[in-house]
Amino acid sequence: MKDSLSLLARIPAHPDSRCWFLAWDPSGTLLASCGGDRSIRIWGKEGDDWVCKSVLGEGHQRTIRKVAWSPCGSYLASASFDATTCIWKKSQDEFEVRLSLQSVTWSSPSHILTCPRGSQQNKCCSGLWDSAACSACRTALIAVWCIAGVVCSGADPSWKCICTLSGFHTRTIYDVAWCRLTGALATACGDDAIRIFEEEPLSNPQQPTFALTAHVPRAHSQDVNCVAWNPKEPGLLASCSDDGEMAFWKYQRPEVC
Amino acid sequence: APENIFPRPSAGSGRVSGLSTPRKRARLYSFPWVPVAMVGPAPGGGSPLENANPLIYRRSGERPVTAREEDDELPDSIDDREIFDLIRSINDPEHPLTLEELNVVEQVRVKVNDAESTVVVEFTPTIPHCSMATLIGLSIKVKLIRSLPERFKVDVHITPGTHASEHAVNKQLADKERVAAALENSHLLEVVNQCLSARS
Repeated sequence: MKDSLSLLARIPAHPDSRCWFLAWDPSGTLLASCGGDRSIRIWGKEGDDWVCKSVLGEGHQRTIRKVAWSPCGSYLASASFDATTCIWKKSQDEFEVRLSLQSVTWSSPSHILTCPRGSQQNKCCSGLWDSAACSACRTALIAVWCIAGVVCSGADPSWKCICTLSGFHTRTIYDVAWCRLTGALATACGDDAIRIFEEEPLSNPQQPTFALTAHVPRAHSQDVNCVAWNPKEPGLLASCSDDGEMAFWKYQRPEVC
Repeated sequence: APENIFPRPSAGSGRVSGLSTPRKRARLYSFPWVPVAMVGPAPGGGSPLENANPLIYRRSGERPVTAREEDDELPDSIDDREIFDLIRSINDPEHPLTLEELNVVEQVRVKVNDAESTVVVEFTPTIPHCSMATLIGLSIKVKLIRSLPERFKVDVHITPGTHASEHAVNKQLADKERVAAALENSHLLEVVNQCLSARS
């Protein structure tokens, strides 16, 4: 388990503030970060270094809590404590605000952003919807859920809990992320650590068992708020923290579990 | 459970205490100390207070300096007394008194582990339906976050059994996102800063 998660780079993304959330664009080349300094930063790789390509500072009056890319990668949505959502359009290397929404709801297919004002529906971003979804919670447990039975057309599928991972985290879990490429599960915890779990190779799909394959106890100097797998490059993980820093990690599944 | 988690102190939603009717205080716990003085309602009326007649407790004296602490070579680790010194003089939102004088905070209810960078503070509202409980808890939390090194994890909760909505209040104080959003509310921040300001 040693060295299965190694640090590639550490960037002070939102200095003197906290970094709340990270989102990779669908092509995996840009990373959006948002924070308590009311700005969004877009990061790209130039050679071996991650550099800030743009700063989107004028959209919100308060902390920006989350950002999300549209599936086409041309739009970015940001949600803030000032009770508004901004939609940014990317043209060339610049971003501009196209829309500022007062109250927003997600529709049931979970990938269409709707706004009560006006009848326009703006396709914005798809939620992390997978056949196995994960929920993290304050009591430091992770529950793995899967859709039970066959989905009938029109009806909502029912979910049942098939696995619980307890005893690994000592404080609130702030984020979980499945990697669609490798199946690894990363967690961001209030004890400053990042952990990676993988399903045991021979476990029963109806009752899977997971093993802890990586654990970095001092991944950041304060709470880790978000972990995000790169959608194109297997094993590339980004994390951000209350200390305002962003870190990039390389995950390699250990040979012997 | 209180609907508005961080109520404005001026909107009194607690019981109105009439000057002529005797107050009945329900005690869920007993204090080891003897009350020194009682404070009556402020002269001239004004908006009704949550707790017009709180008990006041004697302040503990200055901290004795040990030989180890005087030695400049050895680093001082943060202990219970130091945390208590940070929070004891926080003002109550309603009265011209500190949390120590109202026995809302006590040194025995502060637990610090310097090696693990954790601080746990239990505070005791003066009455079980005090609507200021969340505000007081928030003030304690903010004071500690501002004063301690960033490595510290600060947990503030109500002394078990001393408040009617302790579960709801504790949940809000433990919610990092909620606390961050509340502190961006300029009115609430001003009230918190008033509680934390030093009194002459």
